[in-house]
Amino acid sequence: MADIKTVATRASYGEALVELGKQRNDFIVLDADLAAATQTGKFKAAFPDRFYDCGIAEQNMMSIAAGIAATGKRVFVSSFAMFAAGRAFEQIRNSICYPNLHVVIGATHAGISVGEDGATHQCLEDIALMRTLPNMTVINPADDTEAKKAIFAAIDHDGPVYMRFGRYAVPVIFGDDYKFQIGKASVLREGTDVSIIATGLMVSEALKAHQILKDEGIEARVINMATIKPIDKEAVLAAARETGAIVTAEEHSVIGGLGGAVSELVCEECPVPVIKLGVYDRFGYSGPAGKLLDEFGLRAKDIAEKAKSAINLKK
Amino acid sequence: MDKQTKLSLEKTALKIRVGIIRGVHAAKSGHPGGSLSCADILTYLYFKEMNIDPQIPKKPDRDRFVLSKGHAAPALYATLAERGYFDKSELLSLRQTGSFLQGHPDMKHIPGVDMSTGSLGQGISAAVGMALSAKHFGDKYRVYAVLGDGEIEEGQVWEAAMFAANKGLSNLTAFVDLNGLQIDGTIEEVNSARPVDKKFEAFGWDVIEIDGHDFEQIEAAVEKAKYSDKPTAIIAKTTKGKGVSFMENKVNWHGTAPNDEQYEIAIKELKAALDELQ
Repeated sequence: MADIKTVATRASYGEALVELGKQRNDFIVLDADLAAATQTGKFKAAFPDRFYDCGIAEQNMMSIAAGIAATGKRVFVSSFAMFAAGRAFEQIRNSICYPNLHVVIGATHAGISVGEDGATHQCLEDIALMRTLPNMTVINPADDTEAKKAIFAAIDHDGPVYMRFGRYAVPVIFGDDYKFQIGKASVLREGTDVSIIATGLMVSEALKAHQILKDEGIEARVINMATIKPIDKEAVLAAARETGAIVTAEEHSVIGGLGGAVSELVCEECPVPVIKLGVYDRFGYSGPAGKLLDEFGLRAKDIAEKAKSAINLKK
Repeated sequence: MDKQTKLSLEKTALKIRVGIIRGVHAAKSGHPGGSLSCADILTYLYFKEMNIDPQIPKKPDRDRFVLSKGHAAPALYATLAERGYFDKSELLSLRQTGSFLQGHPDMKHIPGVDMSTGSLGQGISAAVGMALSAKHFGDKYRVYAVLGDGEIEEGQVWEAAMFAANKGLSNLTAFVDLNGLQIDGTIEEVNSARPVDKKFEAFGWDVIEIDGHDFEQIEAAVEKAKYSDKPTAIIAKTTKGKGVSFMENKVNWHGTAPNDEQYEIAIKELKAALDELQ
């Protein structure tokens, strides 16, 4: 097998901002003393006059972003997922989402794959937190290509957008011809026995799981759910109707994230078994990202196992 | 300030105080004490200072106002109504279902409200964001904010203060409505932020202390702020419940509505004061 190119989506974030910066000068980028890590430092280096460091004060930064948006200007605001969605949750709720202001939150270092920094920095709750907020759009890109296209889409979106990026380099699975649209899922593999609905870095694992299952004679549909809110209802309900069983896969708590969103919809509109793969109501710990993904059961083989369990639950 | 202007502002402030009492009485809830204390500041800004147009509430070059102490919404609404943003009769729908006059300022539905506030400490940061936006994009408007003296116990206020000074946001003027009382008691009893002036100074702001009920002092401070190269904090000493004798300096009028009898007395007092000025 040829070497697969891997890129961390935080790097995609930094590069896409620079690209955007070359095309237009109608936006500001904010960070909270993490520019090197979130990769907004690339934008800062290219456009120092259009970058503002708010220092280690994420709550103030979120409300500042709201104020900028309230003047009709565009703004990206960046920190780690933990400190964006977690620490500044209420500022996002009351300053940004309640007045429905167009602020794009670039939240990097999401999930267990933060690695060595350990539990305090491994945010496993952000999708759940952001998804509960009215007006919010939640996007969790699968790879470098999708991340960049999503950033380009987000700047001209109307209303708040939460974008979830990772620190860990993940396979690039989409080519330049890939079309991204906010709110639209993409079916990456067809199948009729079970559907795997994955988001973020779990999408490339889901593609591998498809092959594992295929080798066992199981045809699994693979759906990339990059936009978790608003969720693509049609894609989820078609999966439920046409395959009769669903596995969700996310690098996030199984409480309230993609699995929650899919379960809520399926329960109400087309009940079929849904098995959620994610982190099971626990904190992470320090270690290399790859090893953590193994130990937390966030790999293709784990998805394949859950897929078989979901099929067994079919009536 | 000439006599005529001062008299006119004093009359307007009394009418706004009437509006506050009418709104809170009709709502049977709300925050009269801290609304009455900042009424003169709002009167000055909306009737003398700010570049605004009630006919075009969102005109791009308008000066911005953020009521960071969002619970003083009755004061803001009464001011906006008096200024012509909407009919004064709307004040009687305050806090009712179906009314656009939400319990705390709502920029999406209330003409003239530049920022939704209510969760303390966030409004000043939003005002800082507006001031940053103006500087960055070369817009000439100024940004005004009103903070409560209880509100400045929120850590976010000082994050905002640090940032505003570090970025040289001289187009920002923030009033602190220093009425000395918050819900649980005097600010000393709860968690005093005093000395407020020294704190803002230490954070790199220009600080001006005034009597927040004296229009000449308000004007002098607002004008001085325009020539500073720093953000300016105007520490306005005020009386909570100002203008209604039984509400003045009484902590229990922070968030209580007057009953019918108290309402009559309050309106009578304010109207008498207005008659005296006529």
